[in-house]
Amino acid sequence: MSLHFELVTPEKLLRSEEVHMVVVPGTEGDFGVLEGHAPLMSTIRDGNLEIYKAGATTPETIRIEGGFAEVNEKGLTVLAEKAG
Amino acid sequence: MASLKALKIRIGSVKSTQKITKAMKMVAAAKLRRAQEAAEAGRPYAQRLEAVVASLASKISVSESSPKLLAGTGKDQVHLLVIATSDKGLAGAFNTNIARLARRHAQELLAQGKTVKIYTIGRKGRAVLNRQFPKNIIHSIEPGDLGKLSFADARGYADDLIARFEAGEFDVATLFYSTFKSVLAQEPTAQQIIPVAIPQAETAAVSSGAAVTYEPDEESILADLLPRNVAIQLFRAMRENAASEQGSKMTAMDNATRNAGDLIKRLNTIYNRQRQAAITTELVEIISGAEAL
Repeated sequence: MSLHFELVTPEKLLRSEEVHMVVVPGTEGDFGVLEGHAPLMSTIRDGNLEIYKAGATTPETIRIEGGFAEVNEKGLTVLAEKAG
Repeated sequence: MASLKALKIRIGSVKSTQKITKAMKMVAAAKLRRAQEAAEAGRPYAQRLEAVVASLASKISVSESSPKLLAGTGKDQVHLLVIATSDKGLAGAFNTNIARLARRHAQELLAQGKTVKIYTIGRKGRAVLNRQFPKNIIHSIEPGDLGKLSFADARGYADDLIARFEAGEFDVATLFYSTFKSVLAQEPTAQQIIPVAIPQAETAAVSSGAAVTYEPDEESILADLLPRNVAIQLFRAMRENAASEQGSKMTAMDNATRNAGDLIKRLNTIYNRQRQAAITTELVEIISGAEAL
């Protein structure tokens, strides 16, 4: 059970890894993405991205600003204007 | 014939020029590596954004109500040429090539009876175009060191462009910059940025198989995405330019160093020949003086 997660900013590809779950701050509310999530495209608001690694109970948070998230069969891609 | 002293001074001056060009080459090489990495690091974002815009654009039909950035103003009269160059010279034909492409483009448009406006980013591009189209330049930006440009800067330029577009200042915007192919090859490129040229991507076909949920809806996402796309295209062009500039500079300085080396060698030969001639003359004088006694 793993989700392929990528976090990309205009400056560089920040993350590309296998994780358990990611909670994304969407404009219409936060949503968690697990493996096998239905295709989705959403804009994001400024907020914290929560990354749950496999087996971890406390998430790693990354602050992101402006952009959007896309879920497709390959996994989750977050395109953020600013991150970190 | 120059005197021995003058030759010596000349050799010294060429030597110090060579030292400078050599140092500039080293600096360009170091900066090039960083600029190249930066240009490559920026590619994933631009590619993904392009794919997303393509797949979104294929889903909604272009109509009167579509965002203007996508559909255009419906006219093709006023063209804006956005010319990205560097602020500094000494980079071979880098700035000249971009300016030449832009100039040719402008002349073609003018010949077709279109109105041409010019928006320069970088002092060198402005200098060249100001000679030929002094009345067409509507705005100039001096970005300073291209390598240090952040996305926020590109965003600022894009916002300014979009504001001008929405105020009806132009119908079509084309961006001129130099694509970095390799250290030896940089290609001046023209790219239409407003209205957004819809990339004919195969990715659209891949994701359209499944029903995608949009939050909020397609149109709002697109409205949010299009200005961002302009900023990204600008940012990418700047990054490519930064790498191209350093590559071009490195080649130019390498040539300059080599030319200086050749010149020093030639001057040294002349210097030695003259010195020997002077010694020979002196010897002849002494010997004939001694014989006369």
